[in-house]
Amino acid sequence: MIYLDNSATTKPYNEVMESFEKVSKAFYGNPSSIHQLGIEAERLLLKAKEQMAQLLGISEQEIIFTSGGTEGNNTAIKGIALKHQARGNHIITSSIEHPSVLEACKSLEKLGFTVTYLPVNQYGLVSVDALKAAINEKTILISIMHVNNELGTIQPIKEIGEIAKQFPKLYFHVDNVQGFGKIPLNLQNSGIDLCTFSGHKIHGVKGTGMLYIKKGTAIFPLFHGGEQEFNYRSGTENLAGIVAFVKASRIILAEYNENDGKLNNLNKRLRALLDSHSSIVINSPSSYHAPHIINFSIPGLKPEVVIHALGQKGIYISTKSACSSKTPDESAVLTACGLAKDVSESALRVSLSYHNTRDDIEIFYQTLCEVLDQLIKVMR
Amino acid sequence: MEPIYLDHAATTPIHPEVIKAMIPALEDVYGNPSSVHHFGRRARQFLDEARRIAAKSIGAQEKEIIFTSGGTEADNLALIGTAIANQHRGNHIITTTIEHHAILDAAKYLEKRGFRITYLPVNESGQVELSALEAALSEETILVSIMTVNNETGVIQPIKEIGAILNNHLAYFHTDAVQAYGLLPLSVNDLGVDLLSVSSHKINGPKGIGFLYVKDGVTIESIQHGGQQERKKRPGTENVVGIKGFAKAIELVMIEMQDRNKRYGNYKQLFLNTLDEQTVNYQINGVHTIASIANLSFPGTNVESLLTNFDLSGIAASSGSACTAGSVEPSHVLAEMYGSANETTINSIRFSFGAANNEQQIKMAAEKVAAIVARLTKDNDIR
Repeated sequence: MIYLDNSATTKPYNEVMESFEKVSKAFYGNPSSIHQLGIEAERLLLKAKEQMAQLLGISEQEIIFTSGGTEGNNTAIKGIALKHQARGNHIITSSIEHPSVLEACKSLEKLGFTVTYLPVNQYGLVSVDALKAAINEKTILISIMHVNNELGTIQPIKEIGEIAKQFPKLYFHVDNVQGFGKIPLNLQNSGIDLCTFSGHKIHGVKGTGMLYIKKGTAIFPLFHGGEQEFNYRSGTENLAGIVAFVKASRIILAEYNENDGKLNNLNKRLRALLDSHSSIVINSPSSYHAPHIINFSIPGLKPEVVIHALGQKGIYISTKSACSSKTPDESAVLTACGLAKDVSESALRVSLSYHNTRDDIEIFYQTLCEVLDQLIKVMR
Repeated sequence: MEPIYLDHAATTPIHPEVIKAMIPALEDVYGNPSSVHHFGRRARQFLDEARRIAAKSIGAQEKEIIFTSGGTEADNLALIGTAIANQHRGNHIITTTIEHHAILDAAKYLEKRGFRITYLPVNESGQVELSALEAALSEETILVSIMTVNNETGVIQPIKEIGAILNNHLAYFHTDAVQAYGLLPLSVNDLGVDLLSVSSHKINGPKGIGFLYVKDGVTIESIQHGGQQERKKRPGTENVVGIKGFAKAIELVMIEMQDRNKRYGNYKQLFLNTLDEQTVNYQINGVHTIASIANLSFPGTNVESLLTNFDLSGIAASSGSACTAGSVEPSHVLAEMYGSANETTINSIRFSFGAANNEQQIKMAAEKVAAIVARLTKDNDIR
């Protein structure tokens, strides 16, 4: 079995599972309770926050634990929009964001907000100049993802952050769900005001995540109630999930440091192999690109047929974002990049973790070739 | 010494069987249910099975279950989602003054968005009066939200009767069943409810998971936007393992409902009997309460010194909702029952019984409570 769909979700680390189990059993108190069991739970929650703050170089007060990336993105975007609508009603994002960003923006359009969806070039890159030109006096929010989930393109977050700094009235949100643990992103003095993280993409457990909210940034909450998480996120804290998330964060950042160049090497090898095949077109750019995601197309072949054939041989990859897999074959991201229809309708994504090996890549490619030979024969 | 946990209404210890169901799932079923390959399909199967179990537990259909991150999210989705989706039909919502803050604060938010909210009072027994509901209903009413069991007093509301009244009205009926679920049999058709909130960590399941029942045909607007999950009403990669644990907790509680009711009811009776034996001066707040909750007023004391002393002697209880994050404020529920000036609001404690208990503990806890109350009231006499 070779699992190459790590951008859809990942297998939890053993240590993460152990923490989850331990906390579930031993710390069942409600962190809001003022008795000993509640206090113990709250202490653990604060410790988790402290560790996370240290890992990211931020302060504990800037951390809101959420139920995942979708909630993080929704809280950031709607939270800023609803809180600061008196200042302006204009939002800038890109046309290749995750559905949780795009749909959140669309829902705000219904409430009277104006949204600019910046185009991208053929590599999926947002133009910094276009972004700057789109800013007007009514702009209150820029939301741009760090690493694109389908292509792996890395956006110029640092440059955008510098621009955001020049406009103190607007907030800058970064969806870092795919970048975390793979591509470093500095939060301090970055111009970034909000940043979304997800647990299950970094070998944590599903139903966990985090939103960074820079000190001094006020948002309107998505959920109302018991005032947990500085009243930005009411609801009894998922303590076992939170501790598991922080543990996963610590391990993946360590893995990043220990595996210097590993993903790059795997990426290079896979690109070379795919490049040598006459039926395959590589869509992921070779620069400004995260090494763990390789997107390619086999024009003329339905992607789910390939996925099914590979799955039968124990190899698991995906079409595009799992979150939009229910829609027809066409990838909205690739279409936004201006790629031809036969390419955007036949895209496949390989996504790596630090645990994949060179052998995985070789076997994957060999199996892919076999599958393609068969499928192409059948078609002719 | 391990504290005696009498705060099961705040949260419950996770059942060992639930852990047993979750841990292998973490290891084996880590796929994304939206993925089309084997791992995704396997996760999807887990999800489907859990949905069947959840639906069956309240006599609903599978497609009527939306998994959420817990009770707060379910309540918010029910109230805000229904209000926004149905505002063309009217702008009036009826709820009560004693709801959980997840409902009350969501209602306040809706007021800001132009909705008119009627907060029904409760009588001294802690119950909503049906005549007050009938009087408040108007053509503009689009939603009524009344909790099944109050989280502070344990008072059971006349949900079936309310459902019958609303049967002849266009307004949708939501009930926050977080405290009732697992102890009271809840059939959505019998009760006549359109929306119903449930939380996993109150029934010995994991935290961070819950569900909202939304009757087929009821339109709600999602609070979060994104992927196609949960029929687009609640996007985001599903918390498969949490849902698996929740489903196990549901299965267990459905089998053991009668037994748990009897057991927790016996704990409550033993607790009260022991206080009586020790001639403690107390009064029970609320009439017609659930087996697991006893909200007791101790005249001549105050909440903070009671809780501090309980905690020091190893008894974990609370002054009411744990969700009033960490603060000891006069109970809004008791203030509604007795008036805000009544000293009951500042001398009452909620004891809630459950899986972490046994009879010996209950007796010991009651004896300790009796001693503490005696000491505190004696201090008063001297002064």
